[in-house]
Amino acid sequence: MSVPILKQGDYLIASIQSALSDSEVLELRDDLAERVGQFRARGIVVDVTALDVIDSFAARALRTIGSTAKLRGAETVLVGIQPDVAMAMVQFELDLQPLHTALDLEEGLAVLRRTARGGDDDGP
Amino acid sequence: MDHETCVEIESDADMVAARAAGRALAERLGFSRTDGTLIATAISEVARNILVHAGCGEILLHDVHERDRHGIVVVARDCGPGIQSVELALQDGWGSSGGLGLGLPGARRLMDEFTIESVPGDGTTVTMKKWRARDPLERLRREREQREQVWA
Amino acid sequence: MNGQKPSLPTPPLETHEIDAELLPKLVAYLRQMSVELREKWVSRISEAQLLGVMSPEEIFSEVKAVYDNYVDALETGSVESLQAYARDLSERIIHRGVETHEVLGIVLLLRDVLARSLFLRYQDDPELLDRILDSYEPAANRIAVTVGVSFVEERERVIREQQAAIRELSTPVLQVRDRLVILPIIGAIDSQRARQLTEQLLNAIQANRAKVVVIDITGVASIDMTVANHLVQTVNAARLMGASAIITGLSSGIAQTLVDLRVDLSTMNTVGDLQGGLEEAERLLGYKVLHSDPAPPDRLA
Repeated sequence: MSVPILKQGDYLIASIQSALSDSEVLELRDDLAERVGQFRARGIVVDVTALDVIDSFAARALRTIGSTAKLRGAETVLVGIQPDVAMAMVQFELDLQPLHTALDLEEGLAVLRRTARGGDDDGP
Repeated sequence: MDHETCVEIESDADMVAARAAGRALAERLGFSRTDGTLIATAISEVARNILVHAGCGEILLHDVHERDRHGIVVVARDCGPGIQSVELALQDGWGSSGGLGLGLPGARRLMDEFTIESVPGDGTTVTMKKWRARDPLERLRREREQREQVWA
Repeated sequence: MNGQKPSLPTPPLETHEIDAELLPKLVAYLRQMSVELREKWVSRISEAQLLGVMSPEEIFSEVKAVYDNYVDALETGSVESLQAYARDLSERIIHRGVETHEVLGIVLLLRDVLARSLFLRYQDDPELLDRILDSYEPAANRIAVTVGVSFVEERERVIREQQAAIRELSTPVLQVRDRLVILPIIGAIDSQRARQLTEQLLNAIQANRAKVVVIDITGVASIDMTVANHLVQTVNAARLMGASAIITGLSSGIAQTLVDLRVDLSTMNTVGDLQGGLEEAERLLGYKVLHSDPAPPDRLA
């Protein structure tokens, strides 16, 4: 099952609907890389509310999304990391550079607007 | 041992099933939601290890009980070529493929016990445990059950 | 295993021990005598001064239900519905202070009342009486155990709930204003409490949509490596959820310990006291604090 990607203004919004296998994670990574170029997006929000596990593989793919987008001038915000997933990620010592994080979609869009204005960077 | 589950790992969809099975067993054993997530994440890493290094294998989940604690045991077995150096595999940054070699060291940080046995040419077995303190009431009940078993 | 609904295995009454011909006789007799035997039971309960916190009417209505369930259990060999009733009854009376010895006491009294009536009924035929009692006693004892265990399990459940409530009370997460929560930590922290604090804080971030959290450790006397690392992890986890954390109230002793332990504080935002922490929090939230005595303080977005 692929992850739907919506375009809203200058931003792309990918909302993950359920737990993903490794190949689905890679598919999302490649889809987003393609769409950023296609739509000349300025920012990406990836909603991971539905992910109950973010392991080293998923974290790496998400970081790659962020780095690739950055090279094309777009910032990436990860939103909806659940409390228990956040705890697992810090115990695992997973790093999310260069991604930003925010509580939910609304906050994620606010972070993108702020970074577009050259505001303070509240990424991890 | 009251619960036992085995998940065959042959494709990446099986990893998702193994994570779910681990979370379900953790919940049955009274682990918190956060612990369930730590366990599911560690299972994800060892399952990927099976796929990447051996191609197929299995993950066995069961419970373990001691006087003062309950635990969940995860055994990941494959029949691949084995790991040349177990010590190296547990260092951050090692790994010929996949997630930057963070997988096994990260899984070790999420669990309480972690051992790897590997015989070159004869597969690798990773055994991980996570413990949960048993509260005093549970301990009394367990002791009572054991007494009843002795009487029976 | 699972703490939620504790339950011992309850094998059915061993009906094969009960003489197939005698059982219906015994049950029919106890049903026929029910009014009389219940009254006798009630009077034995009040003589023994059990269930003092309940009114006579309450005792009478419970007695009727327990008696019927009891005889049903004898007849069917299944203690399940009796067990369910005992749980329900326990839930109702535990909060009123009914003790374990009272519950066991009344069930044993019922066993005795019924045994005596069987004795009176069959005393002329000692051989038959013997067979009747052989059938009755194991079943009656099993029932007594079932009721007693159900009560104790219910009580354990209540205690467990209270323990959880106390744990939660000891670590309140306070919402001070929109998008800002405070976690004041008071007293000793071990790694289990630290873990619990973290879980509560992260859940509160989600529930209150908090953007800034202030963790005040003024009330913490000392800290060790494990707890210090946990604090760092908590701050990092909060950040993954999109919230900035500010630590306030680090005593000089703790600050010294953290430096000695070489805890990596580079990711932490620390402010001397709670007041300063709140001001920093409001700055992060985009508020400006104006000290404009005597006019009422005003906030500008």
